[in-house]
Amino acid sequence: MSNPLKTSLLTLDARTKKRNAAETRFRAYGIAAIGAGLAMLILLLVTIFGKGLGAFQQTFVTLNVPLLEEKLDKNGTRDLEKIKKVSTFGYAPLLKKAMEETLTEYGIETNLKSKKQAALLSKSAAAQLRNYVLANTDMIGETVEFTFLANARVDGYLKDRVTRESIANDKSINAAQLDMVDALLAAEVIEKRFNLSFITGADASDQRPEAAGMGVSMLGSFFMMLVVLALALPIGVAASIYLEEFAPKNWITDIIEVNISNLAAVPSIVFGILGLAVFINSVHLPQSAPLVGGLVLTLMTLPTIIISTRASLKSVPPSIRDAALGVGASKMQSVFHHVLPLAAPGIFTGTIIGLAQALGETAPLLLIGMIGFIASNAPDSVASGFLDPNSAMPAQIYEWAKRADPAFYERAWGGIIILLVFLITMNTIAVILRRRFERRW
Amino acid sequence: MKDTSMDTIKISAKDVQVYYADNHAIKDVNVDIADKTVTAFIGPSGCGKSTFLRCLNRMNDTIDICHVEGDILIDGEDIYDRRVDPVQLRAKVGMVFQKPNPFPKSIYDNVAYGPRIHGLARAKSDLDEIVEKSLRSAAIWDEVKDRLDAPGTGLSGGQQQRLCIARAVATAPEVLLMDEPCSALDPIATAQVEELIDELRQNFAVVIVTHSMQQAARVSQKTAFFHLGNLVEYGDTNQIFTKPSDPRTESYITGRIG
Ligand SMILES: Nc1ncnc2c1ncn2[C@@H]1O[C@H](COP(=O)(O)OP(=O)(O)O)[C@@H](O)[C@H]1O
Ligand SMILES: [Mg+2]
Repeated sequence: MSNPLKTSLLTLDARTKKRNAAETRFRAYGIAAIGAGLAMLILLLVTIFGKGLGAFQQTFVTLNVPLLEEKLDKNGTRDLEKIKKVSTFGYAPLLKKAMEETLTEYGIETNLKSKKQAALLSKSAAAQLRNYVLANTDMIGETVEFTFLANARVDGYLKDRVTRESIANDKSINAAQLDMVDALLAAEVIEKRFNLSFITGADASDQRPEAAGMGVSMLGSFFMMLVVLALALPIGVAASIYLEEFAPKNWITDIIEVNISNLAAVPSIVFGILGLAVFINSVHLPQSAPLVGGLVLTLMTLPTIIISTRASLKSVPPSIRDAALGVGASKMQSVFHHVLPLAAPGIFTGTIIGLAQALGETAPLLLIGMIGFIASNAPDSVASGFLDPNSAMPAQIYEWAKRADPAFYERAWGGIIILLVFLITMNTIAVILRRRFERRW
Repeated sequence: MKDTSMDTIKISAKDVQVYYADNHAIKDVNVDIADKTVTAFIGPSGCGKSTFLRCLNRMNDTIDICHVEGDILIDGEDIYDRRVDPVQLRAKVGMVFQKPNPFPKSIYDNVAYGPRIHGLARAKSDLDEIVEKSLRSAAIWDEVKDRLDAPGTGLSGGQQQRLCIARAVATAPEVLLMDEPCSALDPIATAQVEELIDELRQNFAVVIVTHSMQQAARVSQKTAFFHLGNLVEYGDTNQIFTKPSDPRTESYITGRIG
C-alpha cells in the first residue's frame, strides 16, 4: 500500500509555496500602490491648506476717524448731492489725520510723512469711508471708529510673506513703515483676524489684493449650476429613459449609444469653442454671462448624466418590470411607478457628480469670456444673475494665480480651498444618497 | 369533478408558432384550455413551456426578437388582433412568475397597485376590501394582516410568492398564468401554494408551468406535455400519467428524457 507520491498535508509542497509567495507579493504591490496614492493626497492637501488658509485671515487697522465738516460739507447744508461731489481723493486727508492722531495717542514716534503713514491702509479705505458718510450724513462732524483693511504688504508682513530683507527693492513699503507696523501691533491697533469678506466679497483690482473675495464668482458658479441642473437633468433623464426602456435595439440606437460615450470623452475646451460659435456668435447671447457658461457646461454634463442614469436604470432588476406589466401596467406606468423611483438614487448621485465636474471646469469658460472679467458687484436680481457678466470660482482662481502680486497667489490657494469644500460637500451628499436609498432585493 | 363549467373552453390556441429571431421555439401548437380548471404544462427544460405561457398574456411582446404567429382566442376573441391593447389583456390574464417579485413597497401597496391603475376601487374602503379579499384568497391574510405597511420584500420566499398571487388576483383576472411558481420555494411553502392553486380553480382558469411531474399530478386536471417546441400530448392528467399514448411522453414520465 505504500505510495511513493503520498505527501503530508502538514508540509507545503513547492507549488503551494510558490503560489503563496505570488499572492503575498501581489498584496504588497497593492498596499504600495494605495500607500503612494494616499501619500500624494496628503501632500496635496497639506500644500493646499498650508498655502491657502492664510487667505481666510486678513490684517485690519482700527482707527478713530474725525469726519471733518470743513472737508466733507463746507456749507453745512448736508445736501447729499454736494457731499457726493467730494471724491475718494477728498477723504485721504481724513485718513492721514486719523493715523497721525492714533500715533500720538499711543506715543509712537516716527519720522514718516503722513502720506506714508496712511499708506499702511488699503487703497479701499477711502472708498469705505466715503460710502459710510454718504449713508450717514448726520454723522458728519463726529468722530467714528472704523476698521479698515491693511495694505497687502502689511498683511504679508504679518503672514511672513513680506520680510525686511524682501522689501529692499519694494517701492510700496519701507523699513520705517514696518517699524510703525510693529508699534501699532503692540498697541493692538493693527490685528490679524478672520476675514469673512474673502468668502462673500467681490474681486478687486490689481492694486488692492487685500480686498479681493470669492463671493461674486461663487454666485456666478451658482447661477451656472442652476442652468445646468434645470437643463441637463430633465434632458438627460428623458433621453436615458427613452433609450433604455422604449427605443428598439437596432443600429441607430447603437450609433447613438456609441456617440454618447464618445461625447463624454470630448475635451471640455471643444464644448467651449462650440459655445462661443453657437451661443455667442450665432444666437448673440451676452458674453461672459453665467447663462452661456451654464449652457456650455450643460453640453458637457449631459453625457455624464445620461451614462449614469442608464446604468442605474439597467441595475433595476427586470423582474420588477415584469411584475408591473404582469398586473396590467402600461410601459410608461411601469417605468414611472416602479423603475424610476428605484433608479432615482443612482440618477441623483450621477447628477451631483456631473454638477461637481461642471463646477470645477475652467477651460470652456476661457473661451466664452468668463475669465478675466472682474465682477465688482454682486448681481442685483435673479435675471442679472443669469445675464450680467460674471466669473466662476475656478475662473476666478485662475485669474488670481495669473496676477503678479504674491498676495493674489495666496488668494488663489484660498479659493481652491473654497472650491474643494464645495466639491467635497457635493460628493459627500452623493455618497450619502447612494448609501441611504440603496435597495437590496 | 362533476362541474359543468369545466367543459367551457376559455382559451383556444390554433397553429401557434413562436420564433426568437431564427429559433423556432413553438411549433404548430393547438390546444383548448378549459375554464375553472388547472392545466399543467410539463416537459424538459428549454422545450418552450414558458414561451407558450407568455403568449397567453402577450408578455412576449416585451422581447424585441420574439415573433408570434397563429391565433390565440380567449372567450372567442383573438388576443393578437390589432385592436387589442396588451395592457388591457394583462389585467384579464394575470401572471405569477418563477421568482417571487414583489414590488419594493408595502404589502398593502403591492396588492393595491393593480386595482389602483385599473380604477377598480372608488373609495379607500373599497380598496381596503379588495386588498383583504385578495390576500385572503392567496391564503396569506392571517400572516400579514397586522403589518400591511411592512415592505413586501421583507417576507419569506413562500409568503412573497403568495403575495404575488394576491397581487395577480387583485385585478380580478379571468385567467391566472403561473410559471414554475414553486421552483424557488421550500417544500412547506410549496405545499401551501399548491393547496392555494386548488382553491383558485373555483374562480379562474389556472395554467401552471412546472418541472415537477408530481406537482402536475397533484394540482392539475389537465396536462400538456411539450417536447422540443411541439405539444406532444394533451389530455386528462390521470390519463397522461397512467396511460400516455405517445412514447415520448412515456419516456419523460418514466424519467428517460429530462
Ligand atoms: N428571451 C429569449 N430570447 C431568445 N431565446 C429565448 C428566450 N427565451 C427563451 N428562448 C428560447 O426558447 C426556447 C424555449 O425556452 P423556454 O420557453 O424558456 O423553455 P422552458 O420554459 O420550457 O424551459 C429555448 O430554446 C430558449 O433558448
Ligand atoms: Mg421556463
